[in-house]
Amino acid sequence: MRREIPIAICFLAGIFYTLELFIPHRQVLSIFETVRQWAQILIAFAYVLAIANILRVNFHAIQKNQRDWPYKVVLIVSLFFMITLGIFFGGIGEGTIFDWVYYHAQYPLQSTMFALLAFFIASAAFRAFRIRTLEAALLAVTAVLVMIGRVPVGEELWNNFPDFTEWIMNVPQLAGKRAIMIGAALGAISTALKVLTGLERTYLGGE
Amino acid sequence: MDFYQRLMNLDRRWVYLVVGIAVIIPVLNPFRVPVYVTPEVEVIHDFVKNLKPGDILFLAIDYDPQAMAEVHPMAKAIMRQCFAKNVKLIISALSQNGPGMAEQLISEVAKEFNKKSGIDYCYLGYKPYPGIVILAMGQNFRIPFPTDYYGVPLDSLPMMRDVRNYDDVKAVIDISATNAADFWIINANGRYDVKLALGVTGVMTANYYPYLQSGQIFGLMGGLKGASEYEALSKQGDRAIKMMSIQTTAHIVIVLFIVAGNIGYFMSRKKKKQ
Repeated sequence: MRREIPIAICFLAGIFYTLELFIPHRQVLSIFETVRQWAQILIAFAYVLAIANILRVNFHAIQKNQRDWPYKVVLIVSLFFMITLGIFFGGIGEGTIFDWVYYHAQYPLQSTMFALLAFFIASAAFRAFRIRTLEAALLAVTAVLVMIGRVPVGEELWNNFPDFTEWIMNVPQLAGKRAIMIGAALGAISTALKVLTGLERTYLGGE
Repeated sequence: MDFYQRLMNLDRRWVYLVVGIAVIIPVLNPFRVPVYVTPEVEVIHDFVKNLKPGDILFLAIDYDPQAMAEVHPMAKAIMRQCFAKNVKLIISALSQNGPGMAEQLISEVAKEFNKKSGIDYCYLGYKPYPGIVILAMGQNFRIPFPTDYYGVPLDSLPMMRDVRNYDDVKAVIDISATNAADFWIINANGRYDVKLALGVTGVMTANYYPYLQSGQIFGLMGGLKGASEYEALSKQGDRAIKMMSIQTTAHIVIVLFIVAGNIGYFMSRKKKKQ
């Protein structure tokens, strides 16, 4: 029964939400809405669970003096610092201490981390786009064309460069992307059916 | 090791240095670059341009500070264009760090146009898990957001009195750097047939072209270039237009590195054969 009951719940919940697409009656929709609100409450609890998990994993690493343990101390201290500011020091609205820390610490730190990507991308492009095979040649040439076409210098070089870049994005790129998406969607549908019918049980643990 | 081999195995720190210089020069000596407008951006601009005073547009701010350089100018230009035309805005922020982004945007632009919360715009704020929130808003904005971000019940806000769900807004424009964009396509457009346009980061852009061609989204702004195009069309701000000079030099440098790397590769291979 430890397996059959969760499988039955999963099956009923899956069928329940599939039916929602076919029964647009107001009464039925209100039931679905109630269930959706339950899901949102569950998600809120999942955040609490996530915090507990972060603490468990990081405390363990600190206790064992694992590599980079000081960073884990910073993580935990920052976590509680922000929670304390948000709950006990005037909330998270405009003009609060939480707001100040957000704009003067998190905001520049996140922006800096993302900006570093430009350097890594440049270094990776320099090494990765070597024309060793026909496929690599296609990839490198397309990348260079799109990179030039996406900035004004492309138009300066050739009037139709932006249109050509648009064509690359709208025809070959789109065809490849759509093929990948359709393949992934078919895979997702088949996995969903396997989960609903109880053929796929890895989410229960084991097997 | 000869010159070509050295070129091929160039230390990454040289690459970082050159990219750094290429990015800093346009910051210190700003120059303007022309902006080429693509149809997928123009269609969004024209849509907003044709809205009438009093119409309501839903602006979803789904990005964190890290993507701000690329997508913040889009959100700002759209907000400015709407407020300049007295178009009302409903704003949500469904990414964890999005509420701060939206708040900063609202406080800056609303002040500039002297717009009031509850009358000219309604900021709904954040609720976890965008998929469920977007679905719930399709029935009634009050289900996930009984109050606005500032704790005022939606029913007591003058602009929200006759507004129930997506049927009462002209369109949703999602400015996103997260997978919230997918949820808007699947749950808002797919389930409720909401007219939807996206503004996304440069690396995300290619992912959304299939939805543009299928008509699930009516417009697409991609990265800083998309933002600069929107600014050029709407004439609301020029931050992205200014930053395009930086992106241009960075792209040129990366292309030159790719070319140099390949020259090194082919010449050293030729020498080996000889």
